[in-house]
Amino acid sequence: MAAEPNAAPARPSDTTNHGMRVVVAWLVLSAIATPLVAIFVGHLIPPGNASTQGTEQVFDNTWMLGILTPVICAVPGAVVDGPPLRNDSQIQVLWIVITSTMVLFLAGFGTYELLQNGAGGGQGPNPIAVPTGPKLQVQVIGQQWQFTYRYPSLGNIESNQLVLPADTDVELHVTSLDVIHSFWAYELGVKADANPGTDNVAFVRTKGTGTFHVRCAELCGLWHGYMYNNGRVVDSAQFKSWASQAKKIYASIKPYMDKPEAQGGAPFGHTYLPAPERRAG
Amino acid sequence: MTDVVAVPLWRRLLGFNLLTGAVLGVVGWYVGWFGAHAISGPSIGYFGDTEYNQLSIYLAYIGGVVGFLVGLGFFNYPLARLRGYPPSLREKEGGGIGRYFGLCTDHKVVGIQYLWGIGLFFFIGGLNAMLIRTELLRPSHQVFPAGTYLTIVGLHGTMMMGIMSSGILGPFANYLIPIMIGARRMAFPRIEALTFWLLMAAGAILTTSVFFGGFPTGWTGYAPLQSQANAGMDNYILFFALVGISMTLLGLNMIATILTMRAPGLTWTRLPIFVWGVLSTAVLMVLAAPVLVATLAMGALDRTAQTSFFIAAAGGSSYLYQNLFWVFGHPEVYILALPGFAIVLELLPVFSRKPLWGYRLSVAGLLGVSLLSWFVWQHHLFVSGINGDLRPFYMLSTELISIPTGFTFLCGMMTLWRGNIRFTVPMLFCLAWFFNFLIGGLSGVFLSDVPSDVTTHGSFFSMAHFHYTIMGGLIFTFFAAIYYWVPKMTGWQLNQRLGKIHFWTMFIFFNSTFFPLFIAGFEGQPRRVVTYAHHLQFLNDWVSISAFCLGISMLIFLFNLVWSLAFAKKPAEANPWSSRSIEFQLPSPVPVHNFDRIPVFSSDPYGYGEGPVPSWVPAGQPAGRE
Repeated sequence: MAAEPNAAPARPSDTTNHGMRVVVAWLVLSAIATPLVAIFVGHLIPPGNASTQGTEQVFDNTWMLGILTPVICAVPGAVVDGPPLRNDSQIQVLWIVITSTMVLFLAGFGTYELLQNGAGGGQGPNPIAVPTGPKLQVQVIGQQWQFTYRYPSLGNIESNQLVLPADTDVELHVTSLDVIHSFWAYELGVKADANPGTDNVAFVRTKGTGTFHVRCAELCGLWHGYMYNNGRVVDSAQFKSWASQAKKIYASIKPYMDKPEAQGGAPFGHTYLPAPERRAG
Repeated sequence: MTDVVAVPLWRRLLGFNLLTGAVLGVVGWYVGWFGAHAISGPSIGYFGDTEYNQLSIYLAYIGGVVGFLVGLGFFNYPLARLRGYPPSLREKEGGGIGRYFGLCTDHKVVGIQYLWGIGLFFFIGGLNAMLIRTELLRPSHQVFPAGTYLTIVGLHGTMMMGIMSSGILGPFANYLIPIMIGARRMAFPRIEALTFWLLMAAGAILTTSVFFGGFPTGWTGYAPLQSQANAGMDNYILFFALVGISMTLLGLNMIATILTMRAPGLTWTRLPIFVWGVLSTAVLMVLAAPVLVATLAMGALDRTAQTSFFIAAAGGSSYLYQNLFWVFGHPEVYILALPGFAIVLELLPVFSRKPLWGYRLSVAGLLGVSLLSWFVWQHHLFVSGINGDLRPFYMLSTELISIPTGFTFLCGMMTLWRGNIRFTVPMLFCLAWFFNFLIGGLSGVFLSDVPSDVTTHGSFFSMAHFHYTIMGGLIFTFFAAIYYWVPKMTGWQLNQRLGKIHFWTMFIFFNSTFFPLFIAGFEGQPRRVVTYAHHLQFLNDWVSISAFCLGISMLIFLFNLVWSLAFAKKPAEANPWSSRSIEFQLPSPVPVHNFDRIPVFSSDPYGYGEGPVPSWVPAGQPAGRE
């Protein structure tokens, strides 16, 4: 069990230096790597700057790449042969302290980011991270194999394209008519599963105008691979004109969701059963 | 031997063996099929558009499995006991090659059966992966119809997760645990044989799902898509249920053996770390797999008996399935990973000629991972709309699991530190584990952090992550174990030069296949899609070509295995690696009853540099080949 007698007195301080060196090297490399990641591959970091939540996710992904990349570089190589070392409690304690600190820091930071505004993820029917101020409500209805977007504030029209006004807080209510889908608006940094019978709420604040991609991110059957379309973020004047046009176009089309009154007053009912003539596939 | 040869071949084929099992399996299948049609008409599911008699599929396959087990002779002993015959512990252990094709209670025979059986399904799963990558050469769907593609994806995932759950415990734990703990058999030898044959029946059931239209759900089988899918889905349910039963029994057998059958002197701190790894995995198996079986039973009832456990509009919940599945599913990924940790820690001391550093810490790491793995499952549901308050907790618990995992890394690296490292083929695979699992673990941080999980969840990023942990973690150590122990198990050497070629091609093309998929996921390519964005074609083509090369690397291994064991046939030494572990103090292959006298242990097997190997194995050991 005993270590080499000659080496024993010299080792504790030796170890501490090693440990400190690793920590210092890691901090220094992280401090160097994070801006490098941000500058050189910053434009590649997902999901982009189309929404506040998206920007925060870019920040999150950037610093995580920044502090985690040095870990790969710092994995030590092995050296020449030596004595039958069985244990060293100092190294163990140092290791546990470092990993625990890192883990608690990551969890703490993740929680802080999450509680800011929900980070664009689906929060279920009773969201805890709710942005203050007025919000545009949109219900996202998933079904095999398309998404439909219902605007309660525009006379409950149901559009097959998601059009959002710029610089606005949007409250998305995601639900499904049949199986589990996942509403993934990539550039907006939104992902929320569409579960039948559930109202899954996600928040996003749009930034500027542009287009974004919507894909289904949960395997939902045969044409899952084709369940995508584009959405648009437009300025408020364009949004108003789109809304008035859409009211006319979609007024004659039978909606998937009943009027709130028919669902006991709940604004985002999910008790809808697909009528046979409206079933896709 | 001579009297066996005198019996004509047709007489030898007539007994209780694989052939009889297959024949009675087919008979049982049809009995169940027509029996079900006699008692029930076509099912009417909630989704209302199935014209199949679902019950007939279930009863047919259950009848088939029972017939298969009857033909293999699993009912002989219970019936004999009912008729008053005395109890016996072992059967069918003599004889030549025939014992590999039937019920055999020799744990070493079962280990080798597992190795080939699992190898077969691993090969089929790998072929499916090649087909997936062929389809993804072009952004729109080209080679397979969308439904066929989903079936291939599902078959690949289900085959790998289901069969490879027993990938280390099946072949290596069954073979080595009794030897390592100084016993002559497992605690329940017939159950041991049963776990293997159930797994083979399960594999056959899953493969035949293609005759019933396949299944569209991938390996997770999410309801209500599951409730809606066509008849091939029933094969998935039966497959995973049988795998669950097999895993539960395997785990129970391992726990019972390790707890009760250790030789004198083998205290808990002297157990080889591999035994600890198997024990912690077995606990997970016993507790997790029954949840899976129960979940699938509900799914089967939804499909056949018009219950609605998972159908929201009829009072059920799709969250129920997701929660139950991942209560099993997350321990399941550690069922895959933990034996890998154990093999790395077991092999590093041998090839760095140093004792295992921090024995207690590495045990704490294994047990800590298996404990924490129960508290993390909802990270699979971060964006699904679970209770928002729970997410910070699951984020913390998921990230906490990297602390005990870190113990394994620390103990492994400190074992290497100042060691006299020999870069043999098994050692190379273990060192590759460090790199692969590090990438897998670091990418896991992105998935455990809710804000970044919103981007990466359900994308190719998570797919690359779990291939780094499971393929990089389990399959690499699986090959390390093969190169390390197969000479001991079979008595024939494996070719080391081909082994090195296999390692380097596999390591390079594994990384070249899966690393770009992180980028594809970051760029927004979801999992399990038959189409993807045009600008991702270069990445996907790169990945596909690398994957084909990875497939070729596997063929090099297969060639090595067949060449070395069937043609070259160079006898293996008793201790080719100068290991201090007890299995290498026995002749190769290990004789039928392992030890003439039960060994008495006086230390752990890691005393490298601490004097000669203690004489654990008492004198009088039979020498040479069987």
